[in-house]
Amino acid sequence: MSVIVILLLPIVAALLVCIPWGKRWVPGVTVVSCLGNLILITRLARQVVMGRVPGDLLEPAWSKWIVVDGLSALILLLIALVGTTAAIYSVGYMAHENLTPKKLRLYHANYNLFIFSMLAIPVLAEPTLVWIVVELTTLCSALLVSFDNTREALEAAWKYVVLSLMGAGIALFGFMVLFAASHAGGGSAYTWAGLVTAAPKMPALPVQTAFLLILIGLGTKVGLVPMHTWLPDAHSQAPSPVCALLSGIETTSILYVILRLFPVVQAVPGAHADTWALVLGLISVGTAAFLLLQVKDYKRLFAFSTVEHMGIILTAIGLGASASDYGAMQQIVNHSVTKSFCFFAAGAALLVTGTREIAAVRGLIRRSPIAGAALIFGGLAISGAPPLAIFLSEFAILKAGLTQGQYVATGLLAIFVVVAFFGIMAHVNRMVFGAEPNGAPVQRHAGPHTAEAFRLPFSCRLALFLAAVPVLVLGVYVPKPLRDLMTLAAAAVTR
Amino acid sequence: MNDAAKQLLQNLNALASGLFLLTAFGIVAMRQARACLNLFIVQSLLLAASAALLGWRYGSDHLYGVALVNLISKPVIVPWLLRKTSPAEIYARREIDQVLNIPTALLIALALAVVAYFVGIPLANAVGPEFRGPNVPIGIAVLLIGAFTLTVRREALSLLIGLLVMENGAFLAGISIARDLGMLVELAVATDGLVIVFIMGVLVRAVQKQTGSTAVGALASLKETSAASNADEALP
Repeated sequence: MSVIVILLLPIVAALLVCIPWGKRWVPGVTVVSCLGNLILITRLARQVVMGRVPGDLLEPAWSKWIVVDGLSALILLLIALVGTTAAIYSVGYMAHENLTPKKLRLYHANYNLFIFSMLAIPVLAEPTLVWIVVELTTLCSALLVSFDNTREALEAAWKYVVLSLMGAGIALFGFMVLFAASHAGGGSAYTWAGLVTAAPKMPALPVQTAFLLILIGLGTKVGLVPMHTWLPDAHSQAPSPVCALLSGIETTSILYVILRLFPVVQAVPGAHADTWALVLGLISVGTAAFLLLQVKDYKRLFAFSTVEHMGIILTAIGLGASASDYGAMQQIVNHSVTKSFCFFAAGAALLVTGTREIAAVRGLIRRSPIAGAALIFGGLAISGAPPLAIFLSEFAILKAGLTQGQYVATGLLAIFVVVAFFGIMAHVNRMVFGAEPNGAPVQRHAGPHTAEAFRLPFSCRLALFLAAVPVLVLGVYVPKPLRDLMTLAAAAVTR
Repeated sequence: MNDAAKQLLQNLNALASGLFLLTAFGIVAMRQARACLNLFIVQSLLLAASAALLGWRYGSDHLYGVALVNLISKPVIVPWLLRKTSPAEIYARREIDQVLNIPTALLIALALAVVAYFVGIPLANAVGPEFRGPNVPIGIAVLLIGAFTLTVRREALSLLIGLLVMENGAFLAGISIARDLGMLVELAVATDGLVIVFIMGVLVRAVQKQTGSTAVGALASLKETSAASNADEALP
């Protein structure tokens, strides 16, 4: 029953937080349910790695709807991991927002429902159902984006909703065309596995059309470049723990749906999925790398870096070698853990300084050593500095690209990654170590804490520490079970 | 069913689809938010009619289901939910500062319909010879016109209807080629409109409280050049 329990747990938690039982109850429930899910999902992932199918998935009544393979297990694991650290981070962060108890309950109910909607994406086997769940993620996260209820937050939420739903409409038509194609190819069941089986007999034009419609439609939610305009707004205006969820795992779990299509489209003669992925991916990386140089808001900085990393993953898939597929999986993992850490660090900086403006934050390391150190560590990690996780996966992708003989694409990717590195580091470096003009801290906004000796809440420090561990460890050592899981996941997107 | 009856059903379906496209043009041409909503309801009824006719023609129970769900959700529940969630003011609004004037917008919509024809016909033929009805090209045309409406409008209700029109177009094209998809299409039809209306209604209410206006499309303070300092500016 493990998968069903995993899906039910956040719903139960969302109901439980509605009970007004004191201040500690509400965040406590969220943390416990996320932690419980992390344990259950780790167990599930271990079973998948060892090649055992969980008992309930053997029954045909369930296996028609719910399927867990390596790729699903990997995405589930990331959702649970980031969900847990963000839940811990929320405890202290939301306590500083001076919310009414009702508003706090609303936050946590939405948080749990959002986690549920993301967990449902990788386990559902039927594409139309997945589409409905993707729609649900928009529904559950929109109110989290607009949570601060300021003019900017509402604008960001509005753009997010309109563009996501627009994309959903296009993707819906794509899924219907895909069904028609699989029907024409004699496919019996409209599931991910059934599509792969029917693929060789499917007509090329509808499959290609469906792929493009879904790539554009869901690519909007992933933040691929021509459709990315909402992302920096929504990912910067939401409360920081929510930003970690949006940037760290929501984009990834939507990208998962696109990745599922690759084995199908590649099996159809005459449909070119790789080229589209490569082109769209490189455009995303390039645009984001240059936009990074001129941001004024440090949460937007990390949001643009999400666009960049989504582009890198798509490019890696587009390179089309099994080594680059593995690199893409590694990049998915590393991006999730690193980006969530970055937003925790950005949230800490926001708590300390009370402003999101890069120009207004100077010498952060002197005002709050923890926030300053976290921010510089996050900046180094996300831009791909050597001993840390992202360096390893970016290096793997570039190496795979060169071995594959894709010199132009790999060269461009390398240039963009370097540009992004300098863009991020220039901003972060100035914020953390820069001299304060006239010796006094610039204070444009009346921040919640102007005192010099501001201490971050314990739970924020704990979450920063917990989130930093995988960033450090995965840079030097990838445990064997995780390596096996990523290999399985890479196999799921390879033809 | 004899051939004459089949032919009649197909012709009726073509009529419903044609009127469906016409309502999309009407929505592009209307400034009054209320009129857009009424046209959208007519359009949803036509979608239901097309689904029912195709269901009859091909003997598919699921298409009857789609028709039924459409009849309940869009003309009844959508306006009801809209009244529940969003401020009454949105009905009374007019588009004042459209990006394009109406004749230009109509011309572009016409161009989109032509494009959709040239995209839709080969697509329908590639899926199978029996899909040569008007549904696929018209559905794509309405999908594109809906997306186009979204880019030129500023008022909350017009934007919302633009989205719903896009979904209607996707369904009109989808039900003709994916009529065996089964119960999930009904489920998608049912959830989709409600999700859109609910979440956008709630947001519009919050925006109206915050800024005193429902011209949500006019919100444009989040840009690279002017970062967080915007928060200090007085509301207009």
